[in-house]
Amino acid sequence: MPLITSPHFDAGDDFYEALLAAHQGLDPAQSHAFNARLILLLANHIGRQDVLLEALSAAARSTSSEAPPAGAASHEDPHERT
Amino acid sequence: MNANPTVVSPEVDYQRIVYPYRRSADQDAHARGDVARHPVVVVGAGPVGLCAAIDLALQGVPVVLLNNDGRLSVGSRALCFAKRTLEILDRLGCGQRLVDKGVSWGVGRVFFRDAQVYQFDLLAESGHQRPAFVNLQQYYVEGFLVERALELPLLDLRWHHGVTGVESRDDHVALTVETPDGPYTLLADHVVACDGARSTVRRLIGQESHGRTFQDRFLIADVRMNAPFPAERWFWFDPPFHPGQSVLLHRQPDGVWRIDFQLGWEADPELEKRPERILPRVRTLMREASRAAGGDGAVPDIELVWASVYTFACMRMDSFRHGRILFAGDAAHGVSPFGARGANSGIQDADNLAWKLAAVVQGRAPLALLDGYARERELAADENLLHSTRSTDFITPKSEISRVFRDATLTLAKDFDFARRLVNSGRLSVPTTQYGQPAPDAPIRIDGHDDWLLRQMRPGRFTALVFDTPPPTKGGQRVSLGPEWGLGVQEGSPMPRGEPALGLPQGDVEVRPPRELPHLPHEDEPVLLRINDASDPHGLVRARYDAEPGLVVLLRPDQHVCARLHHPTAAELHSAMRRALAHDVALEETPACR
Repeated sequence: MPLITSPHFDAGDDFYEALLAAHQGLDPAQSHAFNARLILLLANHIGRQDVLLEALSAAARSTSSEAPPAGAASHEDPHERT
Repeated sequence: MNANPTVVSPEVDYQRIVYPYRRSADQDAHARGDVARHPVVVVGAGPVGLCAAIDLALQGVPVVLLNNDGRLSVGSRALCFAKRTLEILDRLGCGQRLVDKGVSWGVGRVFFRDAQVYQFDLLAESGHQRPAFVNLQQYYVEGFLVERALELPLLDLRWHHGVTGVESRDDHVALTVETPDGPYTLLADHVVACDGARSTVRRLIGQESHGRTFQDRFLIADVRMNAPFPAERWFWFDPPFHPGQSVLLHRQPDGVWRIDFQLGWEADPELEKRPERILPRVRTLMREASRAAGGDGAVPDIELVWASVYTFACMRMDSFRHGRILFAGDAAHGVSPFGARGANSGIQDADNLAWKLAAVVQGRAPLALLDGYARERELAADENLLHSTRSTDFITPKSEISRVFRDATLTLAKDFDFARRLVNSGRLSVPTTQYGQPAPDAPIRIDGHDDWLLRQMRPGRFTALVFDTPPPTKGGQRVSLGPEWGLGVQEGSPMPRGEPALGLPQGDVEVRPPRELPHLPHEDEPVLLRINDASDPHGLVRARYDAEPGLVVLLRPDQHVCARLHHPTAAELHSAMRRALAHDVALEETPACR
């Protein structure tokens, strides 16, 4: 079973709202810790290593497509920027 | 052989003993212009070298064991000896002394900050002779092995004989050996280098280990105190008495405890070794630990026995075989201390190597069998390195985000079993199964007395377990053993807890005895062990080998399963043994040999 990337939520908007609500009142460090616990819980639920690895690379790819990736920037001479 | 006046009584102080230098006949030969040649020279009389030399001598191979000084290891060092290692030491004739003197344990507790997160039991099932672990100071283990070595006429143990030169030649190795009487030359058909992490032999042939060095310092302290804790492994992540770091507590014999404090990279090793720095740390730990155990926080009198500050690396040599030089133990690979994989894997190297080297020296196997040693133990080292590196990354997070995930895992572990499995305070040493499983032990009944399966094997010999009768059955259904044996209950035939599977009538399972076993020449013939209702009254041997009648399980001399054959013919069993001895490899690679 590959990683599902088509819409799959029972109620996506509801989940999104619940996610933000869960972070309400947390400082950045607490939010960070909360996210880590959430990732571990969900990862265990998914269980399958191939799906989890696909999710890891999809998350990494997604970052690099919307912002100048760290890797691409490093090809330029960093001294020109400073 | 030397008659040895240093043979010691059990009360000997192994920390103070200095084994004397003795001049060897080889030095007189050298003085006359002759050079002595030996089939095997083992370099380094630590646990690994001693095990290799004893094993070879037990298998009829004359062996010279060189050590550059006359002392045993200082401090507790290796400390934790795993079940598989104890089984190997049983084979060498030392296991019982270790168990008698050591502290047996199998339970570990993990704490995060001020609370216990969970506990585990490494050997929950019964029907095993040896515990999951025995804690014993390394110098006792070495002392017991030395005493065993001195009983063996084929083993020539030379203290204060240090290797200073190595030259590989066509069919042997020339060693230069330095002694108080000056140097001499020694030729060896094979050299086994067990001379530790800073191996001289490795350096002399221009090899090195590659891997990862960790930027962290740890304090290890052996303290004598009258503490009320059980014989368990206690591990703290980020405890209030040592914030931000980890602490590990182990019980040793003689009222001594081992405490391991993570210090961080910035710590000053010389400063941290001083008693005035160590004792307050230990007192704080004892106060907190006593309260955690429900005590009043009273701190016992504490005496510092030994302390050391260490760093470590996870690394190995690219190849454990360089011609006729074979590397084993720390000389070949280094791991972090988390998981007790250093001495245990080294002794398992010796276990793997000795029977192969014996077969080669005695002309029963081609040199290619030694490549099998290197390949198998390189795989095992990779597995140990993987676990050891992962443990280190969990215990000492290298970045902010790895600490966040580490702490998240520990937090979840209080509530959820899945997270407990992710907590990594050291994946404790178990043998690798990359190239075949070590034979599981089980109770067995031989000639009317209760014994253990692994005890029936003979030095250097293969063993064939011949399963004559089906496992115990009940009403035609195969009986599985209850959870008190730790084996779980098979579907369809639940046994109530506590009901033993003894003396049950056999069902309608077809019994086909194995065919006549082949006759093989002398030492190549396997020792036959028939497993049936008489020899296996509990059915545990059959359960652990998943046996049906007619199955033959072939075990190598190092007690590893090398073949499972159903109703084998003579030719099939013979072929399995030849394969285990690398004969067919030799045929493929060097057809001219035949």
